[in-house]
Amino acid sequence: MAVGMLNPFNAVIFATEKPKDPTKPWWGYGIDIEKCIGCGRCANACKLENNVPKEPFYFRTWVEQYTIKNDGTVKVESPNGGIDGFTQTVPEDEIFKSFFVPKMCNHCYKSPCVQACPVGATYETPDGVVLVDETYCIGCRYCVQACPYGCRYILPEKNVVDKCTLCYHRISKGQTTACVEVCPTQARILGNLNDKNGPLVKFLKEHNCLVLKPNLNTGSKLYYNALNGEVR
Amino acid sequence: MPPQLKTLIPLFVAFIILFLVARYFLVPVSFGELGHYRFNSIADNKERVMHYAGKEACADCHDDKAQEIKSDCHAGLSCETCHGPGLAHINNPDSVKLVKPAQRSFCGTCHSYNPSRSKVIQQIDLKEHNVDKNCIECHNPHKPCQIKE
Repeated sequence: MAVGMLNPFNAVIFATEKPKDPTKPWWGYGIDIEKCIGCGRCANACKLENNVPKEPFYFRTWVEQYTIKNDGTVKVESPNGGIDGFTQTVPEDEIFKSFFVPKMCNHCYKSPCVQACPVGATYETPDGVVLVDETYCIGCRYCVQACPYGCRYILPEKNVVDKCTLCYHRISKGQTTACVEVCPTQARILGNLNDKNGPLVKFLKEHNCLVLKPNLNTGSKLYYNALNGEVR
Repeated sequence: MPPQLKTLIPLFVAFIILFLVARYFLVPVSFGELGHYRFNSIADNKERVMHYAGKEACADCHDDKAQEIKSDCHAGLSCETCHGPGLAHINNPDSVKLVKPAQRSFCGTCHSYNPSRSKVIQQIDLKEHNVDKNCIECHNPHKPCQIKE
C-alpha cells in the first residue's frame, strides 16, 4: 500500500505517437469518396454491431450527401444517417457537383476530446484508437463539445458518452471493422499505418488524400481520397 | 524555527498522509499505467460482443453460394452486406436464420438512380423500371449481371 500511495503522479500523457516497433499496429482509416455510393450499409452495420440506439440522432458512422449547386450554394443531407438510402431532391440541371461523404471518428492522435475529458475517461490506446471508459465517464459532455467532427453522443439509458471504437473488439481479434466488412464498393479501408505493405499505406501512396479540418491540428488518422473543399 | 511553525508541522504531515491514503483508495486499479486513463478499460473494450462474422466464415458452410457470388459482378460484396450480421446464425444455425431482403426498396439503396452515385454502379429509376415486379423475379442477387430465364 505504501508503494501505491507514493506512486509518482503519473505524467498526463494526452498525445500518443506511432510505435517505433514496426510490428506494433498503429490504426488508421481511409475513405474513397469516389467509390462511395451512399447505400448506408456501413451506418446500418455499425448500429447492429455496436448496439447503437436506433433513433436517427445516434451515429458512430453516417453518410452525408453533398450537393454543390450551380449558384455555388451547398446542400448537405443525411436522412437517418443514410441508412434508408438517399434521394436527390435538387433538380439535376441545377447540380454542379454531387457526392457522398461517409463520416466517423477520426481517431486523432492529438485528440481534442481526450484533452477535454476532466476525469481521464477517454484516451488514446498505444495502437492509436480513441476509446471511452464507460465505467469512468461522468457524462459531462465536454468531449461532445470538443470533437470538431461531431462524432460523439450521449447514450440515453446510461448517460455516458459513446463513440466509434474502430470496432476494437474486432480488430484486436484480427477481424476488420463492421463498416469495412459490409461496404459493397470497398470505399472504406481499415489499415495499419505502421505496416509499409498494408492496404492503407498502399491507398495513401496511390491517392492524394486529405484529412478533415487540418487547420485544427488534431492529428486525424481518417484519410479521404477526392475530398472536396466544401466538405466540413 | 519559530514555535508556531513547529506546532503546524504535524498537522501538515497528517494532511499529506491523509491525502495519500485517500488517493490510494480513490484512484482505480491500473489508472495511469500508460497515461491518464484506466489501463484495464482497453481490455473491457476488447470484450464487447461481435455480431458480424466476416465473409470467410460464411464460405465455410455455404461454399456454393460463395463461389456463385464470386463469379459475377457482385463479387466484391460481403454476404453480410445484404443478409445482415451472421455470427448468431453460425452459433445456432438451426434456430437463427438470416434475412433474405427481397423488397425493391432494399435493392434501391444501391441501385436507384441518384446523380451523386458513381456511374460505375448500375442504376435504374424505381418508379419506371418494371414497377409491378420484384427485382429478384428477373435478377439473381448472387449473379446480378445475368437475367433469369
